[in-house]
Amino acid sequence: MIQVDLSGTVGDLALSLRFEAGAGLTALMGPSGSGKTTLLRAVAGLERLSGRVQVGDAVWQAEDHFVPVHKRAVGYVFQEPSLFSHLSVEGNLDFALKRSPKDVDKTGIIELLRIRTLLPRQVTRLSGGERQRVAIARALLSGPDLLLMDEPLSSLDQAARAEILPLIRDVAERVPVLYVSHDPLEVARLTQQIIYILNGRLSARPAVTLDGLSQAEIEALALKALGS
Amino acid sequence: MWEAIRVTLLLAAVTTPLLLLLATPLAWWLAKGTGWVRDTVAAVVALPIVLPPTVLGFYLLIALGPHSPLMGLLQPFGVRTLAFTFTGLVIGSLVYSLPFAVQPIRNAFEAMGPRPLEVAATLRASPWDAFWSVALPQARRGYVTAALLVFAHTIGEFGVVLMIGGAIPGQTEVVSIRIFQAVEQLNFAEAHLISGGLLAFSFVALMVMLVIDRRFGARSAGIRP
Repeated sequence: MIQVDLSGTVGDLALSLRFEAGAGLTALMGPSGSGKTTLLRAVAGLERLSGRVQVGDAVWQAEDHFVPVHKRAVGYVFQEPSLFSHLSVEGNLDFALKRSPKDVDKTGIIELLRIRTLLPRQVTRLSGGERQRVAIARALLSGPDLLLMDEPLSSLDQAARAEILPLIRDVAERVPVLYVSHDPLEVARLTQQIIYILNGRLSARPAVTLDGLSQAEIEALALKALGS
Repeated sequence: MWEAIRVTLLLAAVTTPLLLLLATPLAWWLAKGTGWVRDTVAAVVALPIVLPPTVLGFYLLIALGPHSPLMGLLQPFGVRTLAFTFTGLVIGSLVYSLPFAVQPIRNAFEAMGPRPLEVAATLRASPWDAFWSVALPQARRGYVTAALLVFAHTIGEFGVVLMIGGAIPGQTEVVSIRIFQAVEQLNFAEAHLISGGLLAFSFVALMVMLVIDRRFGARSAGIRP
């Protein structure tokens, strides 16, 4: 169980968000500038908001208590694949593995993300989709209790998205995921648990589920729900 | 002549690693923010670029001479003055070449941006760990540039060395001063020899820098999308 209750001001945006999320993948949706990324960064500890963050039994943040990023059991997949350019693919994976306090099944994760053949490669020689798969594997290898994903597919083409989406579903069966996106179609294929954010606050959830709707219908619904 | 070459190479070989060490925390701090304190420090660090070397040398001579408060602090250790000594030359070179070490390293840290360190933190690397395992390797091109610039700049030092070093053969007489003296004595053969050697050295140093730039340039500016 993930409990988040955060508020504060970052730039021009005043945030006040309180929600709970359980196992599986929970999507955070909202227009750009609504505070999705800021929220994700604050949960990771990269941004400082006041309030409380609890993941399982571990309190990451409370009034008198702030666990620094590197001591949180958090995995973070950034919007652009942020692999270390001075390391090979395997070097990137081992960077995480070496620092993980848990026993992580390296082989299993490599199979899960289908990156075995990429291991000896330089990260500069990977396609966008390959990089993002490696980045997801690297985040898992650090042994997170919560995986944060910030629009991980937005810089990829249609084919790469189609390839990675089912992998993300598989990942969410192992570890809870908070998944930021503004693409209703993508979210519809990933989860039914959706949290809508508008101007830094939770927004009412549309009454209809998105399954089985056409893209145009979903987009119309999303726009209506977000009030724009 | 060989004595002068030996002293010069030794000076550059001692100054370069020392200065890279000193410049690293300074460059890191300068790259991590803005504000008038940082701007002031950045300006002071850059001073040796625009200051006439003789002015710098003059103040260093005062600071390293027997009447300076700085040397007063060292008197209990039996040090009265560092002027006209090799140690004094090293201190002078550190100050004189400081901007040539700080600037490339600072640029490299700035080009890297905050993202690689954020990634490292989410992978459980402490700030200290991330500095060694991510920031330094990502900034390696900056270090190569800094090392080459400092080494070459120290080899060619004249004004500062003349002011604080005198020209004691075997101790503080470096090649550029040797050239000056050879010309004064109308010994053009030796002046030609050393000058030609320095010209070749400078050219090779710049070539090496360009080649390194080209070879590592494509994958040294931090994380590639």
